[in-house]
Amino acid sequence: MKGWRDLEIGALITEPGNSAEYKTGEWRAWRPVFNRENCIDCMICWVFCPDSSIIVKDKKVVGIDYDHCKGCGICAHECPKSKGDDESKKALVMKPEYLFREED
Amino acid sequence: MAVTMIEERKVVPYSGNMAAAEALRQINPDVVAAYPITPQTEMMHFFADFVANGLVDTEFITVESEHSALSAVVGAAAAGARAMTATAGPGLALMWEILGVASGMRLPAVIALVNRALSSPINIHGDHSDMMGARDQGWIILVSENAEEEYDNLIQAVKIAEDERVRLPVMVGMDGFIISHSIEGVSLLKDEEVREFVGKQRMFHPLLDVEHPTTHGAIAMSDSYMEFKRQQREAMMNAYKVIREVGEEFAALRGKKYEHIEAYKTEDAEYILIVMGSAAGTAKYVVDRMRERGEKVGIIKIRTFRPFPYYDLADAIVASNAKAIGVMDRAETFGGYSGPLFEEVCTALYTRNKFYPIAGLIYGLGGRDCNINHIEEAFDVVKKKAAGEEVPPVTYLNLQV
Ligand code: SF4
Ligand code: SF4
Repeated sequence: MKGWRDLEIGALITEPGNSAEYKTGEWRAWRPVFNRENCIDCMICWVFCPDSSIIVKDKKVVGIDYDHCKGCGICAHECPKSKGDDESKKALVMKPEYLFREED
Repeated sequence: MAVTMIEERKVVPYSGNMAAAEALRQINPDVVAAYPITPQTEMMHFFADFVANGLVDTEFITVESEHSALSAVVGAAAAGARAMTATAGPGLALMWEILGVASGMRLPAVIALVNRALSSPINIHGDHSDMMGARDQGWIILVSENAEEEYDNLIQAVKIAEDERVRLPVMVGMDGFIISHSIEGVSLLKDEEVREFVGKQRMFHPLLDVEHPTTHGAIAMSDSYMEFKRQQREAMMNAYKVIREVGEEFAALRGKKYEHIEAYKTEDAEYILIVMGSAAGTAKYVVDRMRERGEKVGIIKIRTFRPFPYYDLADAIVASNAKAIGVMDRAETFGGYSGPLFEEVCTALYTRNKFYPIAGLIYGLGGRDCNINHIEEAFDVVKKKAAGEEVPPVTYLNLQV
Protein backbone atom coordinates (compact mmCIF):
# COMPACT_ATOMS: atom_id res chain seq x y z
CA MET A 1 0.00 0.00 0.00
CA LYS A 2 1.21 3.50 -0.82
CA GLY A 3 1.67 6.18 1.83
CA TRP A 4 -0.28 9.43 1.70
CA ARG A 5 2.64 11.28 0.15
CA ASP A 6 2.93 8.82 -2.72
CA LEU A 7 -0.69 8.61 -3.76
CA GLU A 8 -1.79 10.70 -6.72
CA ILE A 9 -3.31 14.03 -5.61
CA GLY A 10 -7.10 13.97 -5.57
CA ALA A 11 -7.30 10.20 -6.09
CA LEU A 12 -6.52 10.76 -9.75
CA ILE A 13 -5.94 7.73 -11.93
CA THR A 14 -3.30 8.59 -14.53
CA GLU A 15 -2.66 5.16 -15.93
CA PRO A 16 -5.34 3.80 -18.28
CA GLY A 17 -6.59 0.30 -17.64
CA ASN A 18 -4.87 -0.09 -14.31
CA SER A 19 -8.01 -1.46 -12.68
CA ALA A 20 -6.57 -4.85 -13.68
CA GLU A 21 -4.17 -4.33 -10.79
CA TYR A 22 -7.04 -4.13 -8.38
CA LYS A 23 -7.39 -7.66 -7.09
CA THR A 24 -11.13 -7.84 -6.58
CA GLY A 25 -10.77 -11.59 -6.12
CA GLU A 26 -9.96 -10.92 -2.47
CA TRP A 27 -13.63 -10.20 -1.84
CA ARG A 28 -14.70 -13.69 -2.91
CA ALA A 29 -16.60 -15.99 -0.54
CA TRP A 30 -17.56 -18.56 -3.20
CA ARG A 31 -15.28 -19.90 -5.87
CA PRO A 32 -16.29 -21.20 -9.31
CA VAL A 33 -14.47 -24.43 -10.02
CA PHE A 34 -14.05 -25.24 -13.66
CA ASN A 35 -14.12 -28.76 -15.07
CA ARG A 36 -12.60 -28.78 -18.54
CA GLU A 37 -13.90 -32.25 -19.37
CA ASN A 38 -17.55 -31.18 -19.20
CA CYS A 39 -17.15 -27.88 -21.02
CA ILE A 40 -18.58 -27.46 -24.55
CA ASP A 41 -16.96 -24.03 -25.09
CA CYS A 42 -20.26 -22.29 -25.74
CA MET A 43 -18.77 -19.12 -24.18
CA ILE A 44 -21.93 -18.31 -22.25
CA CYS A 45 -19.94 -17.97 -19.04
CA TRP A 46 -17.47 -15.67 -20.80
CA VAL A 47 -20.29 -13.43 -22.01
CA PHE A 48 -21.97 -13.25 -18.63
CA CYS A 49 -19.04 -12.87 -16.27
CA PRO A 50 -19.25 -9.27 -14.99
CA ASP A 51 -15.55 -9.28 -14.08
CA SER A 52 -14.11 -10.70 -17.32
CA SER A 53 -12.65 -13.50 -15.27
CA ILE A 54 -13.22 -16.42 -17.63
CA ILE A 55 -9.90 -17.13 -19.30
CA VAL A 56 -10.19 -18.14 -22.93
CA LYS A 57 -7.38 -19.35 -25.16
CA ASP A 58 -7.78 -20.44 -28.77
CA LYS A 59 -11.56 -20.35 -28.51
CA LYS A 60 -11.51 -22.66 -25.50
CA VAL A 61 -12.23 -21.89 -21.85
CA VAL A 62 -9.08 -22.76 -19.94
CA GLY A 63 -9.76 -21.50 -16.45
CA ILE A 64 -10.78 -18.73 -14.13
CA ASP A 65 -8.88 -15.60 -13.18
CA TYR A 66 -9.13 -15.88 -9.40
CA ASP A 67 -7.37 -12.56 -8.91
CA HIS A 68 -10.47 -10.80 -10.19
CA CYS A 69 -13.36 -13.28 -9.92
CA LYS A 70 -15.65 -12.01 -7.14
CA GLY A 71 -17.48 -15.30 -6.88
CA CYS A 72 -20.90 -14.01 -7.91
CA GLY A 73 -21.87 -17.40 -9.33
CA ILE A 74 -23.39 -16.04 -12.55
CA CYS A 75 -21.13 -18.24 -14.71
CA ALA A 76 -22.20 -21.42 -12.96
CA HIS A 77 -25.85 -20.34 -13.04
CA GLU A 78 -25.79 -19.63 -16.78
CA CYS A 79 -23.62 -22.55 -17.90
CA PRO A 80 -25.83 -24.99 -19.86
CA LYS A 81 -23.64 -27.84 -18.68
CA SER A 82 -24.08 -26.99 -15.02
CA LYS A 83 -27.84 -27.62 -14.74
CA GLY A 84 -29.12 -30.59 -12.79
CA ASP A 85 -27.83 -32.27 -9.63
CA ASP A 86 -25.04 -34.45 -10.94
CA GLU A 87 -21.90 -32.59 -9.92
CA SER A 88 -19.65 -34.83 -11.97
CA LYS A 89 -21.33 -33.62 -15.19
CA LYS A 90 -21.08 -29.88 -14.45
CA ALA A 91 -18.58 -27.59 -16.14
CA LEU A 92 -18.74 -24.92 -13.43
CA VAL A 93 -19.48 -25.55 -9.74
CA MET A 94 -19.57 -22.97 -6.96
CA LYS A 95 -17.72 -24.06 -3.80
CA PRO A 96 -17.15 -22.16 -0.57
CA GLU A 97 -13.85 -20.31 -0.62
CA TYR A 98 -12.67 -21.62 2.75
CA LEU A 99 -12.15 -25.05 1.23
CA PHE A 100 -9.26 -23.55 -0.74
CA ARG A 101 -7.63 -21.26 1.77
CA GLU A 102 -4.76 -22.80 3.61
CA GLU A 103 -4.99 -20.54 6.62
CA ASP A 104 -8.61 -21.58 7.33
CA MET B 1 -9.78 37.24 -26.57
CA ALA B 2 -11.71 39.29 -24.07
CA VAL B 3 -12.25 42.97 -24.77
CA THR B 4 -10.34 45.48 -22.69
CA MET B 5 -12.69 47.86 -20.91
CA ILE B 6 -10.78 49.29 -18.01
CA GLU B 7 -7.50 50.72 -19.14
CA GLU B 8 -6.92 53.16 -16.33
CA ARG B 9 -7.24 52.57 -12.65
CA LYS B 10 -10.37 54.21 -11.36
CA VAL B 11 -12.63 54.45 -8.40
CA VAL B 12 -16.24 53.68 -9.21
CA PRO B 13 -19.47 53.64 -7.20
CA TYR B 14 -20.13 49.91 -7.13
CA SER B 15 -22.08 47.46 -5.03
CA GLY B 16 -20.40 44.27 -3.86
CA ASN B 17 -22.23 42.33 -6.56
CA MET B 18 -21.07 44.72 -9.26
CA ALA B 19 -17.52 44.59 -7.99
CA ALA B 20 -17.58 40.78 -7.92
CA ALA B 21 -19.01 40.62 -11.44
CA GLU B 22 -16.31 43.03 -12.60
CA ALA B 23 -13.65 40.81 -11.04
CA LEU B 24 -15.11 37.83 -12.86
CA ARG B 25 -15.12 39.78 -16.12
CA GLN B 26 -11.47 40.66 -15.71
CA ILE B 27 -10.55 37.11 -14.71
CA ASN B 28 -12.48 35.93 -17.78
CA PRO B 29 -13.01 32.33 -16.62
CA ASP B 30 -13.54 29.58 -19.17
CA VAL B 31 -16.74 28.42 -17.51
CA VAL B 32 -19.23 30.04 -15.15
CA ALA B 33 -22.26 28.04 -14.08
CA ALA B 34 -24.87 29.81 -12.02
CA TYR B 35 -28.33 29.65 -10.60
CA PRO B 36 -30.03 32.79 -9.30
CA ILE B 37 -30.53 33.23 -5.58
CA THR B 38 -31.00 36.37 -3.53
CA PRO B 39 -28.79 38.29 -2.79
CA GLN B 40 -26.41 36.85 -5.39
CA THR B 41 -28.74 37.03 -8.42
CA GLU B 42 -27.69 40.55 -9.32
CA MET B 43 -24.05 39.51 -9.60
CA MET B 44 -24.85 36.90 -12.23
CA HIS B 45 -27.17 39.36 -14.00
CA PHE B 46 -24.21 41.66 -14.46
CA PHE B 47 -22.04 38.80 -15.54
CA ALA B 48 -24.65 37.47 -17.97
CA ASP B 49 -24.62 40.95 -19.54
CA PHE B 50 -20.88 40.71 -20.02
CA VAL B 51 -21.32 37.33 -21.68
CA ALA B 52 -24.16 38.52 -23.92
CA ASN B 53 -22.15 41.57 -24.97
CA GLY B 54 -19.13 39.51 -25.83
CA LEU B 55 -16.92 41.07 -23.18
CA VAL B 56 -15.77 37.69 -21.90
CA ASP B 57 -15.00 34.38 -23.58
CA THR B 58 -16.76 32.52 -20.82
CA GLU B 59 -19.06 29.59 -21.46
CA PHE B 60 -21.98 30.62 -19.27
CA ILE B 61 -24.08 27.67 -18.15
CA THR B 62 -27.50 28.40 -16.74
CA VAL B 63 -28.44 25.41 -14.65
CA GLU B 64 -31.54 24.36 -12.75
CA SER B 65 -30.12 24.31 -9.24
CA GLU B 66 -27.03 25.12 -7.23
CA HIS B 67 -26.27 21.43 -6.96
CA SER B 68 -26.02 21.41 -10.74
CA ALA B 69 -24.13 24.70 -10.84
CA LEU B 70 -21.30 23.33 -8.76
CA SER B 71 -21.49 19.97 -10.52
CA ALA B 72 -20.97 21.74 -13.83
CA VAL B 73 -18.08 23.67 -12.33
CA VAL B 74 -16.51 20.44 -11.06
CA GLY B 75 -16.85 18.84 -14.47
CA ALA B 76 -15.42 21.88 -16.21
CA ALA B 77 -12.54 22.20 -13.76
CA ALA B 78 -11.68 18.52 -14.16
CA ALA B 79 -11.74 19.00 -17.92
CA GLY B 80 -9.11 21.69 -17.50
CA ALA B 81 -11.18 24.87 -17.49
CA ARG B 82 -10.92 27.79 -15.11
CA ALA B 83 -14.38 27.49 -13.62
CA MET B 84 -16.35 29.63 -11.20
CA THR B 85 -19.80 30.03 -9.75
CA ALA B 86 -21.64 32.28 -7.34
CA THR B 87 -24.24 31.55 -4.73
CA ALA B 88 -25.75 32.53 -1.39
CA GLY B 89 -27.24 30.96 1.75
CA PRO B 90 -29.48 28.00 0.88
CA GLY B 91 -27.78 27.82 -2.52
CA LEU B 92 -24.51 27.00 -0.82
CA ALA B 93 -26.35 24.50 1.34
CA LEU B 94 -27.66 22.80 -1.80
CA MET B 95 -24.08 22.64 -3.09
CA TRP B 96 -22.99 20.90 0.08
CA GLU B 97 -22.47 17.46 -1.39
CA ILE B 98 -20.52 18.81 -4.35
CA LEU B 99 -18.39 21.06 -2.13
CA GLY B 100 -16.68 17.95 -0.83
CA VAL B 101 -16.41 16.53 -4.33
CA ALA B 102 -14.63 19.63 -5.61
CA SER B 103 -12.16 19.74 -2.73
CA GLY B 104 -11.66 15.97 -2.63
CA MET B 105 -10.90 15.96 -6.35
CA ARG B 106 -8.55 18.86 -5.66
CA LEU B 107 -10.08 21.10 -8.29
CA PRO B 108 -9.26 24.80 -8.32
CA ALA B 109 -12.81 26.21 -8.50
CA VAL B 110 -13.93 29.52 -7.04
CA ILE B 111 -17.28 30.48 -5.53
CA ALA B 112 -18.23 34.13 -5.12
CA LEU B 113 -20.38 33.71 -2.05
CA VAL B 114 -22.89 36.23 -0.80
CA ASN B 115 -23.37 35.27 2.81
CA ARG B 116 -27.00 34.77 3.68
CA ALA B 117 -29.01 33.24 6.51
CA LEU B 118 -30.42 29.73 6.32
CA SER B 119 -34.02 28.80 6.86
CA SER B 120 -36.15 28.44 8.85
CA PRO B 121 -37.70 31.03 9.19
CA ILE B 122 -36.96 32.06 5.63
CA ASN B 123 -34.57 34.97 5.61
CA ILE B 124 -32.61 36.44 2.74
CA HIS B 125 -30.25 38.72 4.63
CA GLY B 126 -26.62 38.76 5.66
CA ASP B 127 -25.47 36.04 8.03
CA HIS B 128 -22.52 33.66 8.13
CA SER B 129 -24.47 30.46 8.84
CA ASP B 130 -24.16 29.29 5.24
CA MET B 131 -20.39 29.61 5.19
CA MET B 132 -19.99 28.11 8.63
CA GLY B 133 -22.10 25.15 7.59
CA ALA B 134 -19.70 24.58 4.70
CA ARG B 135 -16.69 25.07 6.92
CA ASP B 136 -15.49 21.46 7.01
CA GLN B 137 -15.87 20.67 3.32
CA GLY B 138 -12.23 21.31 2.52
CA TRP B 139 -12.62 24.71 0.88
CA ILE B 140 -10.38 27.66 1.50
CA ILE B 141 -12.58 30.40 2.92
CA LEU B 142 -11.79 34.09 2.52
CA VAL B 143 -14.08 36.70 4.03
CA SER B 144 -14.39 40.25 2.72
CA GLU B 145 -14.99 43.41 4.69
CA ASN B 146 -16.33 45.47 1.79
CA ALA B 147 -16.94 45.47 -1.96
CA GLU B 148 -13.36 46.30 -2.85
CA GLU B 149 -12.08 43.44 -0.74
CA GLU B 150 -14.51 41.05 -2.37
CA TYR B 151 -13.14 42.18 -5.72
CA ASP B 152 -9.54 41.84 -4.54
CA ASN B 153 -10.11 38.52 -2.82
CA LEU B 154 -11.75 36.98 -5.87
CA ILE B 155 -8.78 37.89 -8.04
CA GLN B 156 -6.40 36.41 -5.48
CA ALA B 157 -8.62 33.35 -5.00
CA VAL B 158 -7.99 32.20 -8.56
CA LYS B 159 -4.27 32.26 -8.02
CA ILE B 160 -4.44 30.58 -4.63
CA ALA B 161 -6.72 27.79 -5.90
CA GLU B 162 -4.52 27.03 -8.89
CA ASP B 163 -1.22 27.00 -7.04
CA GLU B 164 0.48 23.65 -7.46
CA ARG B 165 0.99 23.34 -3.71
CA VAL B 166 -2.67 23.99 -3.00
CA ARG B 167 -5.05 22.77 -5.70
CA LEU B 168 -8.06 23.42 -3.55
CA PRO B 169 -11.26 25.33 -4.27
CA VAL B 170 -11.82 28.72 -2.68
CA MET B 171 -14.98 30.49 -1.58
CA VAL B 172 -14.92 34.22 -1.05
CA GLY B 173 -17.68 35.53 1.19
CA MET B 174 -19.26 38.95 1.49
CA ASP B 175 -22.22 39.87 3.68
CA GLY B 176 -25.54 39.72 1.88
CA PHE B 177 -27.08 43.12 1.10
CA ILE B 178 -24.77 44.92 3.53
CA ILE B 179 -21.97 44.53 1.01
CA SER B 180 -23.65 42.90 -1.98
CA HIS B 181 -26.18 45.69 -2.51
CA SER B 182 -24.63 48.77 -0.90
CA ILE B 183 -22.88 51.18 -3.21
CA GLU B 184 -19.39 52.20 -2.15
CA GLY B 185 -16.25 53.50 -3.72
CA VAL B 186 -14.41 50.59 -5.31
CA SER B 187 -10.99 51.08 -6.80
CA LEU B 188 -10.71 48.91 -9.89
CA LEU B 189 -7.52 47.53 -11.29
CA LYS B 190 -6.80 47.70 -14.98
CA ASP B 191 -7.98 44.75 -17.06
CA GLU B 192 -4.43 44.13 -18.12
CA GLU B 193 -3.19 44.07 -14.54
CA VAL B 194 -5.73 41.47 -13.51
CA ARG B 195 -5.07 39.36 -16.58
CA GLU B 196 -1.40 39.38 -15.89
CA PHE B 197 -1.87 38.69 -12.21
CA VAL B 198 -4.09 35.65 -12.63
CA GLY B 199 -2.10 34.50 -15.63
CA LYS B 200 -2.78 31.39 -17.65
CA GLN B 201 -4.18 28.63 -15.57
CA ARG B 202 -2.28 25.40 -15.34
CA MET B 203 -4.51 22.45 -14.89
CA PHE B 204 -3.00 19.27 -13.60
CA HIS B 205 -3.99 16.22 -15.61
CA PRO B 206 -7.00 17.75 -17.42
CA LEU B 207 -9.58 15.26 -18.62
CA LEU B 208 -9.49 16.76 -22.11
CA ASP B 209 -5.83 15.89 -22.53
CA VAL B 210 -6.54 12.85 -24.69
CA GLU B 211 -2.84 12.07 -25.03
CA HIS B 212 -2.73 11.34 -21.31
CA PRO B 213 -6.06 9.80 -20.36
CA THR B 214 -7.00 10.08 -16.69
CA THR B 215 -9.85 9.17 -14.41
CA HIS B 216 -11.10 11.90 -12.08
CA GLY B 217 -13.36 11.25 -9.11
CA ALA B 218 -12.39 7.65 -8.52
CA ILE B 219 -13.40 5.49 -5.59
CA ALA B 220 -11.14 4.98 -2.57
CA MET B 221 -11.97 2.34 -0.03
CA SER B 222 -10.89 2.19 3.59
CA ASP B 223 -7.44 1.16 2.43
CA SER B 224 -6.63 4.62 1.08
CA TYR B 225 -9.45 7.12 1.77
CA MET B 226 -7.72 8.38 4.89
CA GLU B 227 -4.49 8.99 2.99
CA PHE B 228 -6.34 11.23 0.54
CA LYS B 229 -7.84 13.19 3.41
CA ARG B 230 -4.36 13.60 4.86
CA GLN B 231 -3.27 15.05 1.52
CA GLN B 232 -6.06 17.60 1.81
CA ARG B 233 -4.87 18.63 5.25
CA GLU B 234 -1.41 19.13 3.80
CA ALA B 235 -2.83 21.24 0.99
CA MET B 236 -4.57 23.45 3.55
CA MET B 237 -1.33 23.92 5.42
CA ASN B 238 0.35 24.87 2.15
CA ALA B 239 -2.51 27.25 1.44
CA TYR B 240 -1.62 29.10 4.62
CA LYS B 241 1.71 30.04 3.03
CA VAL B 242 0.37 30.50 -0.48
CA ILE B 243 -2.40 32.90 0.60
CA ARG B 244 0.27 35.01 2.26
CA GLU B 245 2.50 34.93 -0.83
CA VAL B 246 -0.35 35.82 -3.17
CA GLY B 247 -1.36 38.63 -0.79
CA GLU B 248 2.17 40.01 -0.91
CA GLU B 249 2.26 39.79 -4.68
CA PHE B 250 -1.08 41.52 -4.86
CA ALA B 251 0.29 44.37 -2.78
CA ALA B 252 2.38 45.41 -5.77
CA LEU B 253 -0.87 46.10 -7.64
CA ARG B 254 -3.03 47.40 -4.88
CA GLY B 255 -0.53 49.12 -2.64
CA LYS B 256 -2.23 47.34 0.22
CA LYS B 257 -1.13 43.97 1.50
CA TYR B 258 -3.64 41.24 2.20
CA GLU B 259 -2.84 39.08 5.18
CA HIS B 260 -4.69 36.38 7.05
CA ILE B 261 -5.75 38.82 9.71
CA GLU B 262 -5.79 42.56 10.07
CA ALA B 263 -4.86 43.80 13.52
CA TYR B 264 -6.31 47.28 13.85
CA LYS B 265 -4.86 49.42 16.65
CA THR B 266 -4.21 46.40 18.82
CA GLU B 267 -0.60 47.03 19.91
CA ASP B 268 -1.47 48.79 23.14
CA ALA B 269 -5.11 47.71 23.19
CA GLU B 270 -6.55 46.39 26.42
CA TYR B 271 -9.88 45.39 24.97
CA ILE B 272 -9.98 43.58 21.67
CA LEU B 273 -12.84 42.47 19.49
CA ILE B 274 -12.38 39.77 16.89
CA VAL B 275 -14.61 40.36 13.91
CA MET B 276 -15.18 38.96 10.43
CA GLY B 277 -16.90 40.47 7.40
CA SER B 278 -18.65 43.82 7.06
CA ALA B 279 -18.88 44.41 10.82
CA ALA B 280 -15.08 44.82 10.82
CA GLY B 281 -15.45 48.11 8.95
CA THR B 282 -17.95 49.43 11.47
CA ALA B 283 -15.76 48.19 14.30
CA LYS B 284 -12.73 50.07 12.98
CA TYR B 285 -14.77 53.25 12.96
CA VAL B 286 -15.87 52.59 16.53
CA VAL B 287 -12.29 51.93 17.57
CA ASP B 288 -11.26 55.31 16.11
CA ARG B 289 -14.04 57.06 18.00
CA MET B 290 -13.32 55.35 21.28
CA ARG B 291 -9.60 56.01 20.89
CA GLU B 292 -10.42 59.74 20.68
CA ARG B 293 -11.95 59.35 24.11
CA GLY B 294 -8.72 57.74 25.25
CA GLU B 295 -10.01 54.18 25.40
CA LYS B 296 -7.48 51.49 24.56
CA VAL B 297 -9.44 49.38 22.15
CA GLY B 298 -8.60 47.50 19.01
CA ILE B 299 -9.98 44.90 16.66
CA ILE B 300 -8.64 41.92 14.81
CA LYS B 301 -10.32 41.18 11.53
CA ILE B 302 -10.19 37.62 10.26
CA ARG B 303 -9.78 37.49 6.51
CA THR B 304 -8.83 33.83 6.12
CA PHE B 305 -11.24 31.59 7.94
CA ARG B 306 -9.93 28.38 6.35
CA PRO B 307 -7.10 27.58 6.80
CA PHE B 308 -7.60 29.33 10.13
CA PRO B 309 -4.66 31.60 11.00
CA TYR B 310 -4.05 30.30 14.52
CA TYR B 311 -0.49 31.62 14.72
CA ASP B 312 -1.18 35.08 13.31
CA LEU B 313 -4.13 35.51 15.62
CA ALA B 314 -2.36 34.33 18.76
CA ASP B 315 0.69 36.45 17.89
CA ALA B 316 -1.41 39.56 17.50
CA ILE B 317 -3.18 38.98 20.80
CA VAL B 318 0.01 38.17 22.69
CA ALA B 319 1.63 41.31 21.25
CA SER B 320 -1.20 43.49 22.60
CA ASN B 321 -2.00 44.46 26.19
CA ALA B 322 -5.27 42.60 26.08
CA LYS B 323 -7.09 42.21 29.37
CA ALA B 324 -10.05 40.57 27.73
CA ILE B 325 -11.29 39.63 24.27
CA GLY B 326 -14.67 39.58 22.64
CA VAL B 327 -15.41 37.34 19.68
CA MET B 328 -18.21 38.42 17.37
CA ASP B 329 -20.01 35.65 15.56
CA ARG B 330 -22.57 36.20 12.83
CA ALA B 331 -23.62 32.55 13.11
CA GLU B 332 -24.90 30.28 15.84
CA THR B 333 -23.45 27.00 17.00
CA PHE B 334 -26.52 25.73 18.78
CA GLY B 335 -25.52 23.82 21.84
CA GLY B 336 -21.92 24.86 21.48
CA TYR B 337 -20.38 27.22 24.02
CA SER B 338 -20.56 30.19 21.67
CA GLY B 339 -20.19 30.78 17.92
CA PRO B 340 -17.81 29.04 15.49
CA LEU B 341 -15.28 31.89 15.42
CA PHE B 342 -15.22 31.90 19.22
CA GLU B 343 -14.12 28.30 19.26
CA GLU B 344 -11.29 28.96 16.81
CA VAL B 345 -10.03 31.88 18.89
CA CYS B 346 -10.04 29.78 22.05
CA THR B 347 -8.13 27.03 20.25
CA ALA B 348 -5.57 29.52 18.94
CA LEU B 349 -4.85 30.75 22.46
CA TYR B 350 -5.11 27.48 24.33
CA THR B 351 -2.64 25.75 22.06
CA ARG B 352 -0.20 28.56 22.82
CA ASN B 353 -0.79 28.21 26.57
CA LYS B 354 -2.30 31.66 26.75
CA PHE B 355 -5.30 32.44 28.82
CA TYR B 356 -7.47 35.49 28.37
CA PRO B 357 -10.99 36.11 29.55
CA ILE B 358 -13.08 35.74 26.39
CA ALA B 359 -16.65 36.81 25.82
CA GLY B 360 -18.79 35.30 23.08
CA LEU B 361 -20.95 37.75 21.20
CA ILE B 362 -23.52 36.75 18.64
CA TYR B 363 -24.83 39.50 16.44
CA GLY B 364 -26.45 40.35 13.14
CA LEU B 365 -28.22 37.05 12.50
CA GLY B 366 -30.52 37.22 9.49
CA GLY B 367 -29.27 40.72 8.65
CA ARG B 368 -30.04 42.22 12.08
CA ASP B 369 -28.45 45.64 12.27
CA CYS B 370 -24.99 45.89 13.75
CA ASN B 371 -24.24 49.59 14.06
CA ILE B 372 -21.68 51.57 16.04
CA ASN B 373 -23.79 51.40 19.21
CA HIS B 374 -23.81 47.62 19.09
CA ILE B 375 -20.05 47.47 18.68
CA GLU B 376 -19.70 49.80 21.68
CA GLU B 377 -22.07 47.51 23.55
CA ALA B 378 -19.75 44.63 22.63
CA PHE B 379 -16.75 46.50 24.01
CA ASP B 380 -18.73 47.09 27.23
CA VAL B 381 -19.16 43.34 27.59
CA VAL B 382 -15.41 42.84 27.05
CA LYS B 383 -14.63 45.47 29.68
CA LYS B 384 -16.95 43.75 32.15
CA LYS B 385 -15.23 40.47 31.43
CA ALA B 386 -11.85 42.13 32.00
CA ALA B 387 -13.07 43.53 35.32
CA GLY B 388 -13.97 40.03 36.43
CA GLU B 389 -17.69 40.64 36.33
CA GLU B 390 -20.03 37.80 35.53
CA VAL B 391 -20.72 37.68 31.79
CA PRO B 392 -22.82 34.95 30.18
CA PRO B 393 -21.05 32.61 27.70
CA VAL B 394 -22.96 34.24 24.89
CA THR B 395 -24.27 37.76 24.70
CA TYR B 396 -26.71 38.40 21.88
CA LEU B 397 -26.15 41.94 20.65
CA ASN B 398 -29.16 44.02 19.65
CA LEU B 399 -31.63 41.39 20.79
CA GLN B 400 -35.18 42.29 21.71
CA VAL B 401 -35.80 41.11 25.22
S1 SF4 C 1 -18.19 -16.36 -10.27
FE1 SF4 C 1 -18.84 -14.46 -11.21
S2 SF4 C 1 -16.99 -13.27 -11.30
FE2 SF4 C 1 -16.35 -15.36 -10.95
S3 SF4 C 1 -15.96 -16.16 -12.96
FE3 SF4 C 1 -18.06 -16.67 -12.45
S4 SF4 C 1 -19.26 -14.99 -13.32
FE4 SF4 C 1 -17.14 -14.32 -13.27
S1 SF4 D 1 -20.86 -21.79 -20.05
FE1 SF4 D 1 -20.20 -23.78 -19.30
S2 SF4 D 1 -20.05 -25.03 -21.09
FE2 SF4 D 1 -20.17 -22.95 -21.84
S3 SF4 D 1 -18.04 -22.36 -22.04
FE3 SF4 D 1 -18.63 -21.78 -20.00
S4 SF4 D 1 -18.08 -23.49 -18.71
FE4 SF4 D 1 -18.03 -24.22 -20.82
